[in-house]
Amino acid sequence: MSSDHIVGIDLGTTNSLVAFMQGETPVVIPGDDGSNLVPSVVALDEDNQAIIGNSARRYLIETPERAVYSIKRLMGRGIEDIQQELKLFPFRLAEDLQPGEVLRIKLGNHTSTPPEISALILRQLKRNAERYFGVPVSKAVITVPAYFNDAQRQATKDAGRIAGLEVLRLVNEPTAASLAYGLDKKQNGIIAVYDLGGGTFDISILKLHDGIFEVIATNGDTHLGGDDIDNRLITIALDDIRGDLDLDLRRNAEAVQTIRKAVIEAKIALSSLPSVKLDIELPQGKRYRREITREQFEQLIQPIIDRTVGPCRQAMKDANLKPEQIDEVVLVGGSTRIPKVRALVKEMFRREPHTDLNPDEVVALGAAVQANILAGGSEATENMLLLDVTPLSLGIEVAGGVTDKIILRNSTIPASATQFYTTQIDGQANVAIHVLQGERELAKDCRSLARFDLKGIPPMAAGIPRVEVKFLIDANGILNVSAREQRSGKQAEIQVQPSYGLTDEQVEGMILDSFDNAEEDFRKRQLIEARNETETILAALQKGKKSPAWGHLTSDEKKQIAKMERALAEVNKEDDYQAIRKAIDALNQGTTRLAELMMDTAVSSALKGKTMDETDLGEGPTAPHPMAKAEFE
Amino acid sequence: MRAAHFCASCGRVQPPAPVDYFTFFGLPPKLNLDVAVLEKDFYELSRKLHPDLNARAGSQEQEWSLEQSSLLNDAYRTLRDPIKRTQYLLRLEGIELEEQSKAATEQARSTGELKKQIVPPDLLEEVFELNMQLEELRMNKKVGDDDPNLAKEIGAHKTALEAKHDALLKELEECWTDWDSCIVRNHGSKAPAEERATITAKMVDVLNRRNYIRNLVRDVNAVLED
Repeated sequence: MSSDHIVGIDLGTTNSLVAFMQGETPVVIPGDDGSNLVPSVVALDEDNQAIIGNSARRYLIETPERAVYSIKRLMGRGIEDIQQELKLFPFRLAEDLQPGEVLRIKLGNHTSTPPEISALILRQLKRNAERYFGVPVSKAVITVPAYFNDAQRQATKDAGRIAGLEVLRLVNEPTAASLAYGLDKKQNGIIAVYDLGGGTFDISILKLHDGIFEVIATNGDTHLGGDDIDNRLITIALDDIRGDLDLDLRRNAEAVQTIRKAVIEAKIALSSLPSVKLDIELPQGKRYRREITREQFEQLIQPIIDRTVGPCRQAMKDANLKPEQIDEVVLVGGSTRIPKVRALVKEMFRREPHTDLNPDEVVALGAAVQANILAGGSEATENMLLLDVTPLSLGIEVAGGVTDKIILRNSTIPASATQFYTTQIDGQANVAIHVLQGERELAKDCRSLARFDLKGIPPMAAGIPRVEVKFLIDANGILNVSAREQRSGKQAEIQVQPSYGLTDEQVEGMILDSFDNAEEDFRKRQLIEARNETETILAALQKGKKSPAWGHLTSDEKKQIAKMERALAEVNKEDDYQAIRKAIDALNQGTTRLAELMMDTAVSSALKGKTMDETDLGEGPTAPHPMAKAEFE
Repeated sequence: MRAAHFCASCGRVQPPAPVDYFTFFGLPPKLNLDVAVLEKDFYELSRKLHPDLNARAGSQEQEWSLEQSSLLNDAYRTLRDPIKRTQYLLRLEGIELEEQSKAATEQARSTGELKKQIVPPDLLEEVFELNMQLEELRMNKKVGDDDPNLAKEIGAHKTALEAKHDALLKELEECWTDWDSCIVRNHGSKAPAEERATITAKMVDVLNRRNYIRNLVRDVNAVLED
C-alpha cells in the first residue's frame, strides 16, 4: 500500500493543492515553502525553466509576458469562446490560432496549450507529494468544477497525463467537499454545497444516506468567481486613473498587474474591515489613492454574486426541493469568505451556512478521501460511495439542426444511451454523427462535443444497415462512444474529432517526464533536494554551536552530535539520497534538545520589552481559517 | 430472480446480461412498485457494481463494472419514475410512445405543417377559453397592462388542469393494477396478447391525455412567469 500513494489534487483557478489520507484523516501536503496553497501561476525564467506557485508571482509584475495565471478558464475552450475573457485577462495567444483549434498561449518565446500549462502546476504538486513521501507518486484523483463540460474534463485529464500522473478519477469539486464534510458527520439528510471559487461557480444538492453521497442535482457557471470581482475593481481603477490622472494604463501590463495585486488585497481586507484605502504607485511618478467602503464594494459586486441565484434556483427545481427541505448548506471556495456572499446564501436557503472547514482546502481534502476509497478504503471511508451526476444533457444533432437529447442532465453516472442509425443512399459506407452538450433546443446553441464518423458500414441498400451506437458517460463525466453494425455484426469504426481537444498522439508527445525516465528523474531530484537539505542543516548546526544554547549541552551530547555530523558529511559525498536522508533525520533527532534550547532563548529575548497585545496577531472574521493569500508577494 | 451481476462465490463483477430493467432488479414486470425498496436495492447494488469500488480490479472487470453500473443507473432512473416506468413497459410491449411523438414532430418540421395535437374532447371548451385568455395576457404584457382578474382566471384554469392531471395519474394507477393482476394470473408466463393489448391501449390513451395537460400547464407557467 505505502508504495502506492494515490493523492487528491484540487487544480484550482487561483490556487492548487495536493492532499492524502494520513491514517483516517485527510491532510494537505505543503510545498517546500511550507505553504499549503500553490498559487496556480506559471512563469518561464530567463533560462526558460518553468517556475510554479509563489515564486512565479513576482514574474507577473516584473515580466508579465513570461507569466500566466487563471489558466483554468481556458481549459477545453476555443478561441471563439473566450473573446470575453481576452478583454479582461492578459492571456497572450499565438497569432495563428484557428477557430476550433486548441488554444496556444505565449509564455516568453514558447507557446503552450492550457493542458500543458496546467500540467506544470500538477507536476509541482506531484513533486511536493514525492518530497513528502520520499517515493514516486504516479496516481491521482483530480477535482473539476461540477459544471465542467466534456471538453473541459478531457483537457484536465490530458493535463494529468502530461504531468506523468495516471488520473484515476475526476471528481466534481462540490461533491469532493461534501465527502470531506461527511467524513466526521456520519448523518443522513439533504445538503447543498455552494462553491464560489476563483473562476467557477457550482451548486450541488446531495442526499446523504448511510455513507452514500448521491448527487440529486447540480448547476453552475464555469466563468464566474473571484476573478470577475477583481476584474470589476481593476476596470474601475483604470477608468478612475484615466479620468482623474489622465493616464491610460490599459495596455500597460505591469501597471495592470500592480493594480490587480492591490485590489485583491483590498477585496480580502474588506471581508473584515468596514473600509480600505487603496494607494498604488503608478508610472510617471503618479499615485492612485482611493478609499473603498464595504458598502460600495458590496454594491459593486452585487450584479456578479447575483448570477449565482439562477443556478441555485434551477438546481432546487431539478431536485424537486424547496429551500426548507434542505438540511444543511456548506460553503466552499475562497470567495465565500465575502460577508455579502454569505448573506446571499443565507437568504436563498433560509439558514446559516456551514463554514467549519477551510474553504480553500476542503476540496483537496475531499479528493484525498475519494483517492482513499479508490485505493480500497479504510476504516474512515468504509461504506462511503459517491454517486455523481452529469451536469449537462447529452444530445445528437438531428434533421433541421435540432438537438435530440439522449442523456438528460442530472442523470447519475455512469449513464448510457443507445441510438440506431441507418444509411440514406444505397451502398453508403459512412455516417456522420454530431454530439452536443447543453440544454438548448437548437444544435447551434449547444456546445459541440465531437463529430463522429461511422466508417466501414458494409454496402447495403439504403435504410437496411442498422448501426447501434452506444453513448456512455463514465464515472469521470467523460463520454465514450462505441458502434456496431447489427446486420453484419461488424464493429463499425469510429473516428472522433473532438471539437476542442487534443488527440491522443498530441498528448503523448507532450508528456513531461517520459515513463522511462521517471524513476531516474525522481532519484536525481531527490538527491539534489537531499543535498540542499544537508547544507541547510549543517549551516544551522554551525549557527547553533555559536549560540548560548550550545553551552547548556552535556559533553556527551556534543560528542554524539559531532559523530552524526561527520556521518552526514560522509554520506553526502555519495549518490544515495535515501542514505543522506537517513543521516539528516538522525542529526535532526540528535539536535532536538539543542533546537529547543535555542528556541527558548530566542523567545525570551523576543518577548522582552513587549506586551502580549503587541505579539497577538489579531483575528479576522473567519478566525478558524487563515486568510487567503493575495495573488502576489 | 435477479440477474447474476456478480459471482456468488468470489463476489467479483460479471459481464452484464442482456436483460430488461425489471429483471435487472430481479423484479416481475409489474407496474405497482415500492420505490423505497427499489432505492434500497439500488444503493445495495451500487455498493457492489460502482467503478469506484472496483478501481483495483483487472481491466476486464473494470469494464464490466462500468457497463453494469451504467445499466443499474439507467434502470433505476427509469423504474423509480411512474411515467418513465409505464413508458418503458409499453416499449417492452412494442409500443414506442416517444418514437411516435418524435416522428410526428419531425414530420411537422419537414412539411412545415403544425403538429396535430389531439385535444381530449372533455377539454375542448376549456382549452379554447384558456388559449384566448393566454393570448390576451401576452398582449397585455407586451403593452404593459396589468389585469389582475385575467391572471386570476388563468390561475383558476391552471388549478383545474392540475387537478385533472392528478386524476389521470390515478387513472394510470388503475391501469397498473389491471396489468399487474394480469401478470399474476398468468404466473409470470406471457399473458394472452389480446388482454395485454387492451390494457396497454388504455395506458397509451391516459399517457397521451396526461402529456397534453402537462404541456398546457407548462405553457401557462411560461406565460405567467414571463
